[in-house]
Amino acid sequence: MTPERIKENRSNKDNYFGQDVYIPASNWFIAASLVAALILNFLPLQEDILVFRPDFVAIAIAYWNISHPHKMGMGVAFGMGLMMDVGNTGILGQHALAYCVIVYLTLIFGRRLRLFNSMQQAPQIGLILLIVQIVIVLVAVSGGSALPDGQYFFATVTGTLLWAPGSFLLATLLKQKPDPDAL
Amino acid sequence: METAPQFFRHGPGPFVRLFVFALLSCLLIVGDVRFKYFPQLRQAIGVVIFPLQKIAYIPANIYDQVEEFIASFNLLEENIKLRQIYLENREQLLKLASLEAENIHLRNLFGAVQYIETKTRTKAVLAKILYTPRDPFNHKITLNKGSQHHIQLGQAVIDDKGIVGQITQLYPWSSEVTLLTDRDHSVPVQVVRNSLRSVVSGTGKNDQLELRYLSVNTDIQQGDQLVTSGIGGVYPPGIPVATVLRIERDPTGDFAQIISTPVAGVDRNRQVLILSLIQPETHDALEMPKIDSGKN
Repeated sequence: MTPERIKENRSNKDNYFGQDVYIPASNWFIAASLVAALILNFLPLQEDILVFRPDFVAIAIAYWNISHPHKMGMGVAFGMGLMMDVGNTGILGQHALAYCVIVYLTLIFGRRLRLFNSMQQAPQIGLILLIVQIVIVLVAVSGGSALPDGQYFFATVTGTLLWAPGSFLLATLLKQKPDPDAL
Repeated sequence: METAPQFFRHGPGPFVRLFVFALLSCLLIVGDVRFKYFPQLRQAIGVVIFPLQKIAYIPANIYDQVEEFIASFNLLEENIKLRQIYLENREQLLKLASLEAENIHLRNLFGAVQYIETKTRTKAVLAKILYTPRDPFNHKITLNKGSQHHIQLGQAVIDDKGIVGQITQLYPWSSEVTLLTDRDHSVPVQVVRNSLRSVVSGTGKNDQLELRYLSVNTDIQQGDQLVTSGIGGVYPPGIPVATVLRIERDPTGDFAQIISTPVAGVDRNRQVLILSLIQPETHDALEMPKIDSGKN
């Protein structure tokens, strides 16, 4: 928490208690959210909407590694990547590598990112998502594919836009219910 | 803080972990791209993710049902229209039967090799498209029929207009179809106008196929229809594949550059047909000489 925010929160006691008390996410909750993200990725969409479909799994992995570092290891990301590769009918190891890169980047920059609110985090997440897509493109190109056109990177844009509502949703699910019997 | 502080934790740092997993991924990538290892791994993961794909298909199912429900209001009109189409098709089928008989008769007169009648006979299975990949590198789709439904590798997949692709990976309840537009995919074809035989290959771009290795002065025109020639025994003969879009004849080059577009809605369908040839390769050896003489 930044010093300004602490000061601001001290001046407003309700805000201070209301803001940062979250239930620590259980492993089940994390697993469920990852499976949900995978299902969202597997939706049978058609051309026009498909172009705008963000990589939900990448976003989920980034979220958990920022808010609960070390809870979800790189092995899980690797496994999710393999599942995505098979579902996506692509090269085995392509998404796996990309998702491991997310874990690495979020572990490195996670502390810094947690200082910002989700709106401020969004552009930085966008950068991470872009790096991930570039990794995927590099693997595909090394396998002999042609470079994709700009449309391919729409996923980064939609992913960035989805970050704030997505993290708000997950945070709301985890927020501690105010206990009326408490002191 | 629910997690233990960093300095109490054992284990390698993020970079080492990334290095290990990156190495593992690279091994997988090289093994998959170069040597096509790990089909079993793919199968196993395919089985694991199948329920997820099934769940992901539920919204599409609901959409289909709602659409059907709305469509049921003008069933009568549709019925009349379909009856008309049926009659028209029926007429053409009758013509086809008589033409086939005439063809066999003429072949007999010429003393030519018997064209195997059963070769054009196919059995079809309707399948739904479970998944279309988002990235432009994979020209593949996943269908909801697999080895449990007696689907086999190499079966042709068509829609109402023409060839879509070929089954290249089987899972128990689903299968992968490599589309015509895939870089590594080729179809033996024939020009309808002059029965010139060639092979059409994918370019890796949507809506573009390429006729390679045809000389600059080849008799081929813009708008020519390409149908499968049946050579190779994968695709049944006579099914539309593509239409020639443009031809660049560069007199300094050896080959003409011929670009065509697939007729089938390679990436716009919800449902496709999986064809299985009945007795596909009985008399192929006998037909070989004819194939050569047919080529210019």
